Amino acid sequence: MSSKMQSSNNIAQARRTVQQLRVEANIERIKVSKASADLMNYCSEHAKYDPLLMGIPASENPFKDRKPCTIL
Amino acid sequence: MGEMEQMKKEAEALKTQIEAARKAVHDTDMASAAAGVAPAPQVQLKTRKTLKGHLAKIYAMHWSTDNRLMVSASQDGKLLIWDSHSGNKVNAVPLKSSWVMTCAYAPSGNLVASGGLDNMCTVYNLKTPVIKTVKELDAHTGYLSCARFLSDTEILTSSGDTTCALWDLETGKQKTVFLNHVGDCMCLSLSPDMNSFVSGACDSLAKLWDVRDGQCKQTFQGHTSDINAISFIPSGNAIITGSDDCTCKMYDIRADQEVICYQDAALNSGVTSLALSTSGRLIFAGYDDFNCNIWDSLKGEKVGVLSGHDNRVSCTGVPEDGMCVCTGSWDSFLKIWN
Repeated sequence: MSSKMQSSNNIAQARRTVQQLRVEANIERIKVSKASADLMNYCSEHAKYDPLLMGIPASENPFKDRKPCTIL
Repeated sequence: MGEMEQMKKEAEALKTQIEAARKAVHDTDMASAAAGVAPAPQVQLKTRKTLKGHLAKIYAMHWSTDNRLMVSASQDGKLLIWDSHSGNKVNAVPLKSSWVMTCAYAPSGNLVASGGLDNMCTVYNLKTPVIKTVKELDAHTGYLSCARFLSDTEILTSSGDTTCALWDLETGKQKTVFLNHVGDCMCLSLSPDMNSFVSGACDSLAKLWDVRDGQCKQTFQGHTSDINAISFIPSGNAIITGSDDCTCKMYDIRADQEVICYQDAALNSGVTSLALSTSGRLIFAGYDDFNCNIWDSLKGEKVGVLSGHDNRVSCTGVPEDGMCVCTGSWDSFLKIWN
């Protein structure tokens, strides 16, 4: 590759980098306090429906092995 | 000043601007904000099933949306479809290439996909009388690290060639290529609304992409090594990443920054995989040290551990109904815990 082609590749790459940074710089950001509050609200609203958090009664656990009963 | 110099200057100025904007909204962090939240209960889960059948390391698993079937991939050259309730194998799909790194179940349950060092994503139809290969998606120039179906007609892939791609399954061609990472892409996660996805790569960055226009919207820094695992939290407003730097992190999308780091001085193994409980409160993270640690996502504390594998935990998954967590390991077994 001629050095002229190489440097124009480098310039093209640099242009893309700057373009990408412009996109990322221009977004709206919310405060971390608000973001955290929303996350905490989501977790607390959905906690009661979260089986791994709440625990699963044995009778409702599809993965629990049903042991055969022995009549003594 | 030459154009090159000018652009270097502008790039530096933009980076400074982004850091300043992030700092300006950093009025707290997640753990401090959650100080008043009751701690998550200490989580003690039991192994309910051990799925035996693979003959070599398991590299990936994925739940079907029916919460019962799951697919696993092993370097024994097979995909196995399991009925997790009975522990029985429902199907076995022999792979052309045994160097598999990922597998995926389509939301419909009709298709599964696999890929790895063959650089291809192969899609199989499970519903034909004999399982058939329906497409071989061949355009990546590096290994296939992850695949996720959007539907029976579209699939997203991430590759060691540093790109991600959205494919049309009817034509077998790439519709959109996502270019911006400078290291191997290792993982991806689709947002709940399916309009965006995040990728993690060996450049230690996570990136947020618009599925339709291919644009990289945001870049998340902080990790100091490869990001091996990534997942949206159920609300869609934040992501969790797991890295070879032995930590997991939560990045909030709207605040555009890291809000909490899940780490422990005693932990010096890389994170290989992660999955979340349905409320997003619990993170199940698989590590190279053979364990899966359970983290309280809001407070950053370890609240449990799943010990039982005899080798690295390579994959974890929680089904949509959240009724269990599945871990897959290099010890060739899958375990179901709840």
